[in-house]
Amino acid sequence: MSGHSTYQPTHPALQWLEKRLPIGGLIHSSFIAYPTPRNLNYWWTFGGILSFMLGVQIITGIILAMHYTPHVDLAFKSVEAIMRDVNFGWLLRYLHANGAAMFFLAVYIHMFRGMYYGSYKEPREVLWILGVIIYLLMMATGFMGYVLVWGQMSFWAATVITNLFSAIPVVGDTIVTWLWGGYAVGNPTLNRFYSLHYLLPFAIAGVVVLHVWALHVAGQNNPAGIEPKSDKDTVPFTPYATVKDAFLIVCFCLVYAWFVFYIPNYLGHPDNYIPANPAVTPAEIVPEWYYLPFYAILRSIPNKLLGVIALFSSIGILAFLPWLDTSKVRSARYRPLYRQFFWLFVIAAVGLGWLGSKPPEGIYVVLARVFTAYYFGFFLIVLPLLGIFEKTKPLPNSISESVLGAKT
Amino acid sequence: MTTVSSAEHSRRDFLYIATGAVGAVGAAAVLVPLIAQMNPDASTIAAGAPVDVDLAPIADGQIIKVFWRSKPIFIFHRTKKEIEEAQNVNVASLPDPEPDSERVKKGHEQWLVLIGICTHLGCIPLAHQGEFGGWFCPCHGSQYDTAGRIRKGPAPKNLFLPPYAFISDTKIRIGEDSAAKPA
Repeated sequence: MSGHSTYQPTHPALQWLEKRLPIGGLIHSSFIAYPTPRNLNYWWTFGGILSFMLGVQIITGIILAMHYTPHVDLAFKSVEAIMRDVNFGWLLRYLHANGAAMFFLAVYIHMFRGMYYGSYKEPREVLWILGVIIYLLMMATGFMGYVLVWGQMSFWAATVITNLFSAIPVVGDTIVTWLWGGYAVGNPTLNRFYSLHYLLPFAIAGVVVLHVWALHVAGQNNPAGIEPKSDKDTVPFTPYATVKDAFLIVCFCLVYAWFVFYIPNYLGHPDNYIPANPAVTPAEIVPEWYYLPFYAILRSIPNKLLGVIALFSSIGILAFLPWLDTSKVRSARYRPLYRQFFWLFVIAAVGLGWLGSKPPEGIYVVLARVFTAYYFGFFLIVLPLLGIFEKTKPLPNSISESVLGAKT
Repeated sequence: MTTVSSAEHSRRDFLYIATGAVGAVGAAAVLVPLIAQMNPDASTIAAGAPVDVDLAPIADGQIIKVFWRSKPIFIFHRTKKEIEEAQNVNVASLPDPEPDSERVKKGHEQWLVLIGICTHLGCIPLAHQGEFGGWFCPCHGSQYDTAGRIRKGPAPKNLFLPPYAFISDTKIRIGEDSAAKPA
C-alpha cells in the first residue's frame, strides 16, 4: 500500500471526495487493484468467508438483541418467544446459533491452511498473532453467547468455565467471585455476559482490520510459499480473488443453509432446552463442538491447576508458532516430512475433539493423553527439530513458473 | 487476455446479467426476514384481541377508561343534557365538522366510545374539564365537547372512534365493527 495510488476517479464528485477523504483510493488499492498471487487455491477463500460470517453474526445478533431479555427469570422464555412469536424469529435464532458453528468451522480451516503453507513465517508473524487474538476473542464471544440462552448447559458451562480460574493460587477464588458478581453464577453474571457478548464482536472487527492491514503490508502467502518476484506472478484482486471468494461464500452458505433449515439442532445439546436449574447438574456437561479439543486436553491432566495451565497453553502456544518452526521453507508442498507430522496433528486435533465428547473413562482417557502429548510434542519438539534435520524439496523459481510451467 | 468473438461476448454478458439478477433476488430475499422481524410479533397481536366491556356499572354522566391495543378508550355514559348539547351545535361552525349522530350507534345515543388520545400530539385529555363539557388536554390546551369533537385549541381532528359494537344492550366489544358472532 505504499507509493502513488493508481486510482484515478473519473466522476467529478468522486474526485472531490478523494481529495478530502481518500477512501475510494484505499478501497481501490486494497481490494481492486491489489496484487494477488496467481496460484492461490480455494483454501485462501476462507478469510473472505470469515469476514462474511462475522457480518452475518453481527447483523443477526443485533436483531436478536431487540427481542432478548437478559434476566435470569426471563432469558429462557424470551428465547422461546423469539422462536415462536417473533416474525422469522426461528430463522434468526437458528442463523445465529449455526452461524457461530460455521464461523468456527471456517476459522479452523483458515488456521490449518496457515499451518500447512507456513503463512505464519517471517514477515507474517504479527499477522499470525493478530489471528490468534481474533481466535481468542471468538472463543470468549461464543462462550458468553451460549450462556445467554440460560438453559441447563448454559448455566453449568458458565459455572465450570468460570471455576477454572479458581485454580489460580492465592487469588483464584477472589477472581471467580469478581467474575460472578455474586456467590455463584447468577443474574449479575448473565447481565455482564450480555454486555460483553454485544461488545466483543466489534473488538473482533477492529482486530480484523489490523489483521487485513498486516496482511496487505506483507502480501498474501501462496501455496508455493515463495514471494512474488514480478507482475507475472500476480493478478489484480478484483475480479479474480473477488469472484473466487464470492463463489466459495455461496458454497459455504449451502452447507450453512443445510444446517439451518434441515438439522438446526444437530450441533446443539438437547439439555439446553431445559431451563437452567442451579440445584441439578446434568449427567454430562459438554461444550459446543468447537471447544471439545481443548476440553479433552483439560480433562486428560489429572491435576486441577496443571490441567488449567495445559488448557490455556494449548491455545497460547499458537502465538509462538512463527518461532517454534525453524524451517526456512514455508510451504508444506516442499516439506515431505513436515507434511506427515502435520496430518498427524490434524488427526490428533480432530481426535481430541471427538474424545472431548466422550465420558472421561477407560480407553478415552488413554487416547486423550496420547493425543495431548502429540499436540504439545508437535509444537515443542517436532517443529524446532524439523527445521534442522528435514531435507526439503527444491523450490520453484517463481510463482508463475510453478503455475504455468518453465518457459524462458 | 485473448480476444473473443462477439458471439461469446454476448454469452458472457448474458451470464453476468443472469448471475447479477439472481444475486439481486437473493439479496432482496435476505432482507425480508431482517426487516419483517420488527413488525408486531404473534404475542403482541394476540394481546390486541377485542375487549368486552360491561356498561351496566357505569353511572349517568360517568366517564371510564379501558385499554385496547395499548390505547386508552374513553367510555362516556352521557346524560340527556349532554346529549342535547352535542346534537344542538351548528355543525358547520366546528373546526372538524361532524354531526353527533355519526359519532354514536343508533339507539345507543347515550354511549360515547372514543380513543382517548388528543389528535394534536398524543397526550391523554382530562375528563369533565374545559368550557364545552367534555375534555381538556393539559399539554397544549385543546378542548373537546360532549361528543368528543375539537372546539378550541391546536388539535386538528375530533377524538377518533375505535371499532366497536354492541353485543347486548349493556355490553360492547371494542375491536370489532360488527357483532356478527355472539360473545
